[in-house]
Amino acid sequence: MLIIEKPTYDAIVEHARRDHPDEACGVVAGPAGSDRAVRLVPMLNAAMSPTFYEFDSGDLLRLYKEMDERDEEPVVIYHSHTATEAYPSRTDITLAQEPGAHYVLVSTRDGADSPAYDGPVEFRSYRIIDGEVVEEEVRVVGSYEETKGDN
Amino acid sequence: MAIELRVPTILRTYTGGEKAVNGDGATLAEFIDNVNGAHPGLKERIVEGEPEELRRFVNVYVNDEDVRFTGGLKTGVKDGDVVVVLPAVAGG
Repeated sequence: MLIIEKPTYDAIVEHARRDHPDEACGVVAGPAGSDRAVRLVPMLNAAMSPTFYEFDSGDLLRLYKEMDERDEEPVVIYHSHTATEAYPSRTDITLAQEPGAHYVLVSTRDGADSPAYDGPVEFRSYRIIDGEVVEEEVRVVGSYEETKGDN
Repeated sequence: MAIELRVPTILRTYTGGEKAVNGDGATLAEFIDNVNGAHPGLKERIVEGEPEELRRFVNVYVNDEDVRFTGGLKTGVKDGDVVVVLPAVAGG
């Protein structure tokens, strides 16, 4: 299960809507071993494409060095699909190389990017390990303080 | 002195969980061969094809420089250098 704070959840959805029709991407870092996604790092999609995303290689190195210095790991890796459902594509599955991460997909299809749209936006989370996809529940909390003792 | 390889999480199965291992070589290709001697299997996750090339979705940096801009596997390395391997974060 992915437990995520509401402000982070909202910021990911907002990023996806803002970058539509290109795919948006980023990570939410958290203390190593905590499974808490606390530090949102929106990344530039170097592919600038509606069907592909890739972190710029220089940005990627800076991000990982920064996480290393802070003793963090990528708790969430997110990206958007802009014309299809929020389910990992074949490419997503092949290229997933962070076995410890929650892979979050947001879909901005069917006008969900429009400023006038105020309905729900698809937001789903998966584990992707060795080519196998397992969807997991997403629980949105106001703050991780509420979940104290749950783990 | 030696050359240090920083190993990403997904490849630590080849290094017994170690985050960093040491090796030697005059070029990146030699260094990867050398490290692979002690940690078999590591090389094929970084390099592919014949002639050998870096895998498209694996990034390798020598002293913070992406080796795609410095000669790829032919990039020179020396004692004290730090080689970082990071899988691309990418998808469709």
